[in-house]
Amino acid sequence: MSDDNSSLVHVRNLKKYFPITRGGIIQRHVGDVKAVDDVTFDIIRGETLGLVGETGSGKTTVGRTILHLYTPTAGQVIFNGINLTQLKENELRKMRRQMQVIFQDPYASLNPRMTVGSIISAPLEVHKIASGKEKQDMVQELLRMVGLNPDFVNRYPHEFSGGQRQRIGIARSLAVVPDLVICDEPISSLDVSIQAQIVNLLEELQDRLNLTYLFIAHDLSMVRHISDRIAVMYLGKIVELADRNEIYLHPVHPYTQALMSAVPVPDPDIAKKRQRIILEGDIPSPANPPLGCNFNTRCPFVKDNCLKEDPEYREVKSQHWAACHFVEDFI
Amino acid sequence: MENLLEIKDLRTRFDTEDGIVHAVNGISYTMGHGDLLGVVGESGCGKSVHALTIMRLIQSPPGRIESGEVWFDGRDLLKLSSDEIRQVRGHEIAMVFQDPMTSLNPVFTVGFQIVEALQLHKGMDTNQARDRAAELLTLVGISGAKQRLDDYPHQFSGGMRQRAMIAMALSCEPKLLIADEPTTALDVTIQAQIVDLVRRLQQNLGMAVMWITHDLGVVADLAEFINVMYAGFIIERGPVRLIFKETRHPYTLGLLRSLPRLDEAPGTKLVAIPGLPPDLIALPKGCPFYVRCTFRIEKCQDENPSLEPADSSQHFVACWRWQEIASRSIQ
Repeated sequence: MSDDNSSLVHVRNLKKYFPITRGGIIQRHVGDVKAVDDVTFDIIRGETLGLVGETGSGKTTVGRTILHLYTPTAGQVIFNGINLTQLKENELRKMRRQMQVIFQDPYASLNPRMTVGSIISAPLEVHKIASGKEKQDMVQELLRMVGLNPDFVNRYPHEFSGGQRQRIGIARSLAVVPDLVICDEPISSLDVSIQAQIVNLLEELQDRLNLTYLFIAHDLSMVRHISDRIAVMYLGKIVELADRNEIYLHPVHPYTQALMSAVPVPDPDIAKKRQRIILEGDIPSPANPPLGCNFNTRCPFVKDNCLKEDPEYREVKSQHWAACHFVEDFI
Repeated sequence: MENLLEIKDLRTRFDTEDGIVHAVNGISYTMGHGDLLGVVGESGCGKSVHALTIMRLIQSPPGRIESGEVWFDGRDLLKLSSDEIRQVRGHEIAMVFQDPMTSLNPVFTVGFQIVEALQLHKGMDTNQARDRAAELLTLVGISGAKQRLDDYPHQFSGGMRQRAMIAMALSCEPKLLIADEPTTALDVTIQAQIVDLVRRLQQNLGMAVMWITHDLGVVADLAEFINVMYAGFIIERGPVRLIFKETRHPYTLGLLRSLPRLDEAPGTKLVAIPGLPPDLIALPKGCPFYVRCTFRIEKCQDENPSLEPADSSQHFVACWRWQEIASRSIQ
């Protein structure tokens, strides 16, 4: 992994375990949900890194642990040269001015009792960026920037549609002019025709404000559209990371191959022709992942070694990382 | 051969405090025995309500079926008594819902819930019904079915619950299976399993399937015919290939353009449909897509086009300008 200045974020051996406890008053620690289990990657300045994976693969936890909304169990997050793991709470809060998040659910992530104006101006007040008339002007400018009428400042969230609410969420996260925006499934709850509006807006804002995105989603076709590089997660680990086209055209990990082949293509001619790999079974529980390679319960190419040894996550081609013992067979 | 299902001018309304919601606005179509029909549209387009209307599952009040006929196997379902329609539901037309978490009863075992249907509709005794239930679970790909009959829904994963729902729906060998967004809550690799399963069942059992979804990718792969719905109208209908390759309605065209394509060049912008769907309480007089349409002319504002045959048989479209779209004189 490159250590040059082009990276905005270095994530090194990051782990986040949630303890499982038993007992009422005196709790015993009986195990861990290994939501994120030793992931290492960089986010390059100005890029969009797509992070995909199925439910329970740990993609949202990665995003939140980078922001230190969850304290990492182990590993490091180095943001703009600063090791976040060593910061105190008040120092972290200052850092968060540079790292913002857009949430999945535009209904739950906006306070229904606050007006749009006060929602968007809250980060400006918290970080003491602006007040009074200046603040009001900034809020109006932000609303214009995300394609909403600036006269809407005194309205409440329930007066807006899902897509418009997502625009409000975007305006709020951009109010502090961050470097990194973690987009946690920002379009999953929206209708198809509205999704395209939001994706276009995110791309436009990225160009204008020089933003870096970590784009978390499970819709692979949209992720491929918006991302420069894509990381695929499975059961708490990154199994493959490469350039968007490389990972779509030449996936080397059997899970990525199955995932790509399962993406529905809105074209009946292509859909009829292509080979689909149907995986058997479900994703195992992260509280009790299989020994060896964590994909061995569903992998169509499983061999003896996969049941014993955890494959190393390594650079298998230039700028293409994967974790599989038999990658060379798939290249 | 005679049609399995023939719907004529179906209209469903909901009386609410804010006014009358025009959910389904005079739709007509037919489905043959063993057909695989995809019904596509965004939230609030009436796709689910129209299916519930067929099943007579609209709660009244506030809902009411204002007019129309639903001919199924020689009978008008809207004229049946409530006892008669209960014999049709589950027995001749079965339905699978979106959320496998809430459509199974959490306090009964999965086996009990399938057995119940078999006893009710098929008059089997408990042992016969249990054997048949195990067979059905095996058919939908649940291994160790005999043991799993005594599991509760929470012991099943999301994909397995949806399989159990399908098993239950198949228990009485229905002539028509209505699947309302059956894979929306599931991950793509699990979705691929379910799509594969339904296609196999349709081929092997010869049952007709109506697959309701917002995902054009899924129906491109699965369906033979497609109804595209917007604001309670069918605005385009035809064989899957014509809908995708010889699209005639601006809305369908807009939906397809707002999706990222696999062969797109880097940096391609999505073409979003501007604006929002109309308010179903105050539907416009003319074409419901008028305000968002890039091809609109004055006539569209005043007169709503009806669904008429387009340039090939079986292909229907509700647009004044479909000929110009076909000849690509407008794009």
